[in-house]
Amino acid sequence: MDDVDGDGGFIRLDRVEKVFQVRRKTGFLRSERREVRAVDSISFGVARGEMVGYIGPNGAGKSTTIKMLTGILTPSGGRLRVAGIDPSRERTRLAHRIGVVFGQRTTLWWDLPLIDSYRLMHRMYRIPDARYRANLDRCVELLDLGDLLDVPVRQLSLGQRMRGDIAAALLHDPDVLYLDEPTIGLDVISKARVREFLRDLNAERGTTVLLTTHDLQDIEQVCRRVMVIDHGRLMYDGPLAGLHEAGESERTLVVDLARELPPIEAAPARVVKVEGPRQWLAFPASESAAPLVARIAAAYPLVDLSVREPDIEAVIAKMYAERAGEYEGMVS
Amino acid sequence: MGTGRLYAAVAAGGFRRYATYRAATAAGVFTNTVFGLILAYTYIALWDEKPRLGGYDQAQALTYVWISQALLAVMSTMGGGFEDELIERIRTGDIAVDLYRPADLQLWWLAGDLGRALFQLLGRGVVPLVFGALAFELALPGDPLVWLAFLVAVLLGLVVSFAIRFLVALAAFWLMDGLGAAQLAGLCGIFFSGMLLPLNVFPGALGEIARALPWSALIQRPVDVLLGEAGVLGTFVFQGAWAVALLAAGRVLQSVATRRVVVQGG
Ligand SMILES: Nc1ncnc2c1ncn2[C@@H]1O[C@H](COP(=O)(O)OP(=O)(O)O)[C@@H](O)[C@H]1O
Ligand SMILES: [Mg+2]
Repeated sequence: MDDVDGDGGFIRLDRVEKVFQVRRKTGFLRSERREVRAVDSISFGVARGEMVGYIGPNGAGKSTTIKMLTGILTPSGGRLRVAGIDPSRERTRLAHRIGVVFGQRTTLWWDLPLIDSYRLMHRMYRIPDARYRANLDRCVELLDLGDLLDVPVRQLSLGQRMRGDIAAALLHDPDVLYLDEPTIGLDVISKARVREFLRDLNAERGTTVLLTTHDLQDIEQVCRRVMVIDHGRLMYDGPLAGLHEAGESERTLVVDLARELPPIEAAPARVVKVEGPRQWLAFPASESAAPLVARIAAAYPLVDLSVREPDIEAVIAKMYAERAGEYEGMVS
Repeated sequence: MGTGRLYAAVAAGGFRRYATYRAATAAGVFTNTVFGLILAYTYIALWDEKPRLGGYDQAQALTYVWISQALLAVMSTMGGGFEDELIERIRTGDIAVDLYRPADLQLWWLAGDLGRALFQLLGRGVVPLVFGALAFELALPGDPLVWLAFLVAVLLGLVVSFAIRFLVALAAFWLMDGLGAAQLAGLCGIFFSGMLLPLNVFPGALGEIARALPWSALIQRPVDVLLGEAGVLGTFVFQGAWAVALLAAGRVLQSVATRRVVVQGG
């Protein structure tokens, strides 16, 4: 019924664009108009019950996409549907179907106890009493909000406030939950808690989750599918493992030897840096580290080692460089 | 029905938010009382010089002082209500959060402001008025119907006050310095509400204009209803007309601003 567009797209974007007109002062009474393509012809579909990560560096266009999906921003071009609804035309109708959490903003009432904000949601979304109570109890339990309900929001820590905001977004049983940088600024424990909650929510309720982040671990621990956006363009859409291949990313093995030695020979890994007895070896992210470590341990006096994951910025930078190369190839 | 309960909850929240700041309330009561005393002695000197100035006798003039002190915070005459917060939300872009909720922006802030006003009527209005009534001879009416009419005029004045401040706050979508606009509006409020001096004492065209401006609905008009110096119905019509006109203007500006946020991203 909701998947009106066929092909299972509960959320469906077809060549969606958002162009901002930015006016910049260039002198007294003079200004210059410039266009910023925040989202540049993006197409994707998300099926009901999927958990998708939307990742990209700062200014990539993540928040702009989320805002269009909530209806608070109108696309400049393309077609956009969420649960069969055109978000910007029927923002209020859509509001009952979606939950939204903006990491850097809050829907909670600043100087009042947390529970007051929830009572407001109860009225605002006209949640039947029994359902409100059941959902609240569940969120309180899973997000560990029991001791916080009577605390004014301004006294909550960032992590506590984020958990409070997530609960507020879920009391009306939305089909879709959008989270824009839900873990930004949180400590490790709070991050882990938020991630675990999202996994449970998806498993138990089948809630479709779309989260933006620039933290690769959010995606690793929560989402099976990842979309990479940079400069408003979709660079990759698929499983996380494939992302590393697509970016031909490399992991780094840091090896501490008993003494200074010439560079280790262990193809396909290659030494990229030597500093006294410590050596850095790069190897393809698609390769397993275990055999490599075994081989080095057998041939060298190994004292200590650690493996560093590729960071997303590097992966994306590499992907982007390759795409740019493709375009150049097309021209010449 | 459902909508009514939402805005009732928002109003209750508005009441409680202000109720949490007890020290600020106590300081406000103190300020209103001291300010009332200063004005009271000034008025006594004035009315000694010119009895029946502005058509009031001295007891009426003193009643004017203490009622206007009681209404000062209620009416947010000098600003300092919801508008600072709304301006801040516009400036930071948090206003976007308000837009995806299934609630109306103007009604939401109106409900919250009425809740605030009710708290300030009780928390900041009663004590200065009782103090004034004990310390001076006031011309307070005995007829409960007059008090009822006064409360209706206060409610209408409050809606006018809200509508003005809502317009001013929305200007922050276009102005670099939204708070500056709010301060300017606060200055107009101080002067044109009749808070410093009854508008009746201003002669000629200046007085005519001052009495016709919406700010007179905040203090001058309700006090005149209490003092029996103005027709009740005429006052309600005056206040109601301004309330409707300004709320409608607020609606228009709200939809223009919303379109701007939705299209240009703020
Ligand atoms: N309201 C706006 N007006 C002009 N430019 C904007 C506006 N919102 C976002 N942008 C620009 O669009 C691009 C994408 O921004 P955003 O979606 O916030 O990125 P992200 O969330 O991925 O960090 C940035 O270059 C940003 O400066
Ligand atoms: Mg962002």
